[in-house]
Amino acid sequence: MALYSEKVFDHFKNPRNVGSIEDADGVGEVGNARCGDIMKMYLKIENDVIVDVKFETFGCGSAIASSSMATEMIKGKTIEEALAVTNKQVVEALDGLPAHKLHCSVLAEESIKAAVQDYYERNHIPYDKSRFPACEDCESCEVRMV
Amino acid sequence: MFVYADNAATTRMSRVAVEAMLPYLDTYYGNASSLYAFGQKSQEALQRARETVAACLGAEPREIIFTSGGSESDNQAIRSAAAQGARKGKRHIISTAFEHHAVLHTLRKLKKEGYDITLLDVHENGIVTPEQVAEAIREDTCLVTIMFANNEIGTIQPIREIGRVCRERGVVFHTDAVQAVGHLPIDVKADNIDMISLSAHKFHGPKGVGALYVRRGAPLENLIEGGGQERGKRAGTENVGGIAAMAAAMKEACDHMEENGKAVSALRDRLIDGLLEIPHAALNGDRTRRLPGNVNLCFEGIEGESLLLLLDDAGICASSGSACTSGSLDPSHVLLAIGRPHEVAHGSLRLSLCEENTPEEVDHMLAEIPRVVAYLRNMSPVWKDLESGKKAFML
Repeated sequence: MALYSEKVFDHFKNPRNVGSIEDADGVGEVGNARCGDIMKMYLKIENDVIVDVKFETFGCGSAIASSSMATEMIKGKTIEEALAVTNKQVVEALDGLPAHKLHCSVLAEESIKAAVQDYYERNHIPYDKSRFPACEDCESCEVRMV
Repeated sequence: MFVYADNAATTRMSRVAVEAMLPYLDTYYGNASSLYAFGQKSQEALQRARETVAACLGAEPREIIFTSGGSESDNQAIRSAAAQGARKGKRHIISTAFEHHAVLHTLRKLKKEGYDITLLDVHENGIVTPEQVAEAIREDTCLVTIMFANNEIGTIQPIREIGRVCRERGVVFHTDAVQAVGHLPIDVKADNIDMISLSAHKFHGPKGVGALYVRRGAPLENLIEGGGQERGKRAGTENVGGIAAMAAAMKEACDHMEENGKAVSALRDRLIDGLLEIPHAALNGDRTRRLPGNVNLCFEGIEGESLLLLLDDAGICASSGSACTSGSLDPSHVLLAIGRPHEVAHGSLRLSLCEENTPEEVDHMLAEIPRVVAYLRNMSPVWKDLESGKKAFML
């Protein structure tokens, strides 16, 4: 079996929504260069709907593919719908990831949440903090995935 | 264009090696331990191979043990010296922080068994000094094991001088020469070496075959119990075809070492110069004291696995010391040992050339690698932070 599914390769080689948004309404950055993965998500939000999304990623093929897939999954969706996206859904949409790469999908989920949280903070919108777990370190991702 | 630039991982079997192997697969397939003449054909092939391998190292045929490869040789050499040391009450072993895992993991096990292990620091240029070894040797040191040339960054160690220090202090000296044999001149006597590990597939021989040189009088114990092959030091029916092919490949490599070395290091130097034109890139390991075919750089702001996948798309086979390619959280222990920060070590690229690579292939790599690095940097938030001055460049 190849290392990655065709879908992963497709999203890695032809990433969707790559780049940044100058006047983004929310920006989230998760991961850590020490561990070799950083994802940055930019959201443009109008009336609680994500009208545009871009990402930048430093990381391996599955990290880039996971971010690309995550942007597709939340574009045009409401904030609530975006917050409901789980790393498991990202993995399924990519037709699977190797076990030691699952943390990339966790980062994708967390980058969406971090960007939404930033949007809430900037606009002083009250929110339930327990829905936004802090990204601690790479090991914590690994542990969550076991 | 297809460019195979991962010759430190493995090489293509040479025509000479394939031809040397074939007769022992289906014509002279007898067991070398059998008494009849048909079996003795295999025994003779083993003897010729042993003479060839010994001659390439300046050793005696009886000092060569055939094994399954570099890892087995490393395990057997280290275990043998450790066991002998323990019998004399000596349980201290000296090595370096950037050895191959076949050495490091064996030492880690020995540590659990009560041995005291000193791993010498490797300087920024990827070279340990004989002075470091001399300072580390103690009354209870039973073994010094230091690689001839590093598998990731290609740096060549001052083996002869380290060997001299060990000889003077009466300590067994083993060197993992898996990357060096066939590429660098080795003379076990002049170089003061007691044990050498080598592997056939690193010099155009087959995979799954290697050898261990053990100086007469140096300790040798078997890892694998069974029949009396290899003077009772390595049980198991000999891989006659593989061994014959290894000897043929080794002779060919040693006969053409000088010309190959010149041609390959010229390609290497052009590749290094060209890649260093990429901004915020740095060569890993000493510029001159390195294997003829080794190129290893770090590119700031990108990660190695994505680099390899895109290079694969461009027809280039290479490797990296990033965590993602090792399947662990940490990048290469070699790059960390020479002082590269984690962030930078994740963005490493190793290209390893051989005499089959061409100037056109170097041109192709010099066109594709800068393009792919720029592409990945353009989508990297780390690179953006460096470029905007939010974070300081390390390279």
